[in-house]
Amino acid sequence: MERKIRILVAKPGLDGHDRGAKVVAQALRDAGMEVIYTGLHQTVDQIIQTALQEDVDVIGLSIMSGAHLPICEKLMKKMKEKEFEDATVVVGGVIPTRDIPLLQKMGIEGVFPGGTPFDESIKWIKEHIKQRT
Amino acid sequence: MGVARYIKNDKDEILDVILQSGIHIKPVYTRKDMEDAGFDPEKDLAYPGEYPFTRGIHPQGYRSREWTTRQYTGFGTPEETNERFKLMISHGQTGLNVAFDLPTQMGLDSDDPLSEGEVGRVGMAVDSLRDFEAAFREIPLDRIGAGLTINAVASIMLAMFQATSEKFGFKKDRVSATPQNDILKEMIGRGAWIFPVKPSVCLIGDTIEYSMKELPRTNPVSICGYHIRESGCSPAQEIAYAFQIANTYIEEVLRRGHSIDDFVRGFTFNLNIFGNLWEQVAKFRAARKLWAKNLKERYGAKDNRSLLLRGIFGGGGYGMTKAQPENNIIRGAYYALAAALGGAQTTALCSFDEAYTIPTPRAALLSLRTFQILMEEIGMRDTVDPLAGSYFIETLTKQMEEKIVEEMKQVDEMGGMTKAVETGYVQREVARQAYEFEKGVQKGELIKVGVNKYTEGEEMEVELHEYRLGSAEEQIRRLKEVKRERDNRTVAQLLKDLENAARAERNVMPYLLECCKAYATVGEMTRVFKEVYGEFKEPSIF
Repeated sequence: MERKIRILVAKPGLDGHDRGAKVVAQALRDAGMEVIYTGLHQTVDQIIQTALQEDVDVIGLSIMSGAHLPICEKLMKKMKEKEFEDATVVVGGVIPTRDIPLLQKMGIEGVFPGGTPFDESIKWIKEHIKQRT
Repeated sequence: MGVARYIKNDKDEILDVILQSGIHIKPVYTRKDMEDAGFDPEKDLAYPGEYPFTRGIHPQGYRSREWTTRQYTGFGTPEETNERFKLMISHGQTGLNVAFDLPTQMGLDSDDPLSEGEVGRVGMAVDSLRDFEAAFREIPLDRIGAGLTINAVASIMLAMFQATSEKFGFKKDRVSATPQNDILKEMIGRGAWIFPVKPSVCLIGDTIEYSMKELPRTNPVSICGYHIRESGCSPAQEIAYAFQIANTYIEEVLRRGHSIDDFVRGFTFNLNIFGNLWEQVAKFRAARKLWAKNLKERYGAKDNRSLLLRGIFGGGGYGMTKAQPENNIIRGAYYALAAALGGAQTTALCSFDEAYTIPTPRAALLSLRTFQILMEEIGMRDTVDPLAGSYFIETLTKQMEEKIVEEMKQVDEMGGMTKAVETGYVQREVARQAYEFEKGVQKGELIKVGVNKYTEGEEMEVELHEYRLGSAEEQIRRLKEVKRERDNRTVAQLLKDLENAARAERNVMPYLLECCKAYATVGEMTRVFKEVYGEFKEPSIF
């Protein structure tokens, strides 16, 4: 049997607006993925630790505060330091278009700003994980 | 329940309308519908300013007084925010509504490692009294009330506000603050919680008890159905949950031996305005009536002033869209109309660019102008509760009332709001509906212009507020200055006193006031509370 895609939906930083994270978590689950939700106020270290423990394929960050650039930079740096590079990192939330190339340059492979249809992000994740395995 | 729906035939004729609160709308209403809904003009309406206040809390409505306008404002350093406050006031804004950055909301100082990247980003940074002094410099605090949109550490901010106004020479019975101070809704929807439920509610009790005696013009709580609705619940649940949260705070103060009429008139509400116009108007009318009834029947309030539902009806954030952002200017105007027809005392509006970033000055002023046009140009001040007596509106108001009562009963059956939040019942209900709503939009069942109908394909350029990296550095530099210049031994002693008071379950407000006056920082005071109270653990809802 095919292994289900495991995805960590994470809320990094201090922001507590989790409507988007919870909605996406439900959509990913309905699409057949195994979803782990971190809950609020997670540090980058906590997120990496949970991702390692849960052996996830994807880390999905939800960021609404505007602090996506510094948070993502920190996460990617720490993942490199820990030589934890098997997981694909994606980010969603309030992300201005002009920041998308900057995030991709950091190694964030998928960027899904608010309003992205579920089908689009689900399809991207499924195809992306297939290619990697 | 969860998503408003239109049932249509293949000729695009509407066969049925189901509001988000679950009420079906008929094509035509007559006197009989009102009667069938149990409408009794004597009992259900009366005059504006009279029990049960369905028609409004003032006999003359907006004739005697326009609404207060309070755009949610704050970014960068307190100095930058002060400039924006003055700009808004110079353009006719009549109140303030302070946005704090996330570190401040979470009780962290600007130099805390956890604050990195967030200082001054979504609101202004506050570390010590110095920052409040800078933020409120040259603001006529005896004339302009200040909403302090902060919850977990609202007690600290209220103390800061008192210390600042005293320092500027305003008498404490002349200044008016409205700290948001509603932690249960943070646990349901907005997520800026720190301490567990019980001590958090206790802190709210402290602020209410303290304001009663020390700050008589302050409204110590603003209970927010608003954010619960933003997080996904229906308009009927928005009111039901807000009232049950209010009841929790009421009971905390009653437990301390105070009489309901001594404190409850300081309660205010923060309610949302997006969605179906009729449903919102009926919601506000039903809410005013039920609040009066709740106070009278459940708590035996006797003073008429205790029965008034006062509030800010505003925002509308979740109705706004990222696609075709200029449409949000038009949406905002309709939402503000709902607030006016609903009899709001105070209003604020999410600006059209808020799906991108915090508002530019131009966007914030457009929101302010929206209110001014409503009040000055199109007749919103002419007469009180203009929709009263409409077959449709009165029927719908009765039906909303029933729905709200049903939802309140569910929370009662669970053992009250504290239980409902601790077990995650409300959070689950809210998250489920948020998902239903989103699916509805994505399937095109729920129309959002520019998102799933009349789309344009191309993205519109929006002028963005720029986050200034330098403001975080300035803020940290000032914090260091404050710590150098203050009397650190006194601060340490005052923090110890605060800790002892918290452990002994004495009212902490007088101790916080002393700490603030000695320039203790938000982070230092919060650390004391964390030591004593511990931290909230989110219930798992999946």
